[in-house]
Amino acid sequence: MTCREFSDFIGDYLTGDLPATVRAGFEHHLDLCPNCRRYLRSYEETVKLGRHAFDDQDALLPPEVPEELVTAILAARLR
Amino acid sequence: MGLPVDESALLAGLRERDEQAFETIVRTYGPRLLAVARRLVRDEGEAQDVVQTAYLSAFRAVEQFEGAAQISSWLHRIVVNTALMKLRTRRRKPEESIEPLLPSFLTDGHHVEQFSDWSAPADVLLERKETRAIVRDHIDQLPESYRDVLILRDIEELSTQEVADALGLTPTAVKVRLHRGRQALSTLLRHSFLRNVTS
Repeated sequence: MTCREFSDFIGDYLTGDLPATVRAGFEHHLDLCPNCRRYLRSYEETVKLGRHAFDDQDALLPPEVPEELVTAILAARLR
Repeated sequence: MGLPVDESALLAGLRERDEQAFETIVRTYGPRLLAVARRLVRDEGEAQDVVQTAYLSAFRAVEQFEGAAQISSWLHRIVVNTALMKLRTRRRKPEESIEPLLPSFLTDGHHVEQFSDWSAPADVLLERKETRAIVRDHIDQLPESYRDVLILRDIEELSTQEVADALGLTPTAVKVRLHRGRQALSTLLRHSFLRNVTS
């Protein structure tokens, strides 16, 4: 397996969707190629950062929606 | 999401067309739903339109809501779908190519670039106040069709099939866009979080 193929398979590797033979080839390449190990680590860190990118905003949500929006929704329901 | 609410009582109120129940559901779940809509449509006015349309759809469909899911998840799904419909109706600008942000390879299949580890693992970076803002800024720089899929899969946690249905794509196309979007984001983040300058 080349670095290019390794790169293409990362997504499916992380979700466990690679067929066994391809997975074996992927892991063999991972053992042999330090550059792809670093690339895989950066990919995994990217996914983690992406998943948490909005946590602080969600934690600091304003406690209320704009009053005019509440009024508009409730009024539209009655129309 | 919001203060603890008695969801069964709330649902019963909605089914009985109790005015107070409608107001409670808007005030309780509205802030989170507005945040989700803002993330997707990136315009305050359009985000509020999305939330209003989503609530009205939910109110009309309350009889079909079986109550097996949480009200919050049900509303979340409706807001996401409404936001996606809004995105589809927008006239999209010609999208910039994602290629410059993807890894490049030599003819023998090796990476052109030599990668370095980041200055710290994601868990440590996330302890820094500015990290999330940097990541959000880079997500915003992704071409729109990749950004949308990345947000729906990795942040809103929709399944591949749900995203495929919502965007009119095949599941394979969703997987490819997600993978490329993550690769592009990784390229952008590398410059912010790299330990050493690479060749």
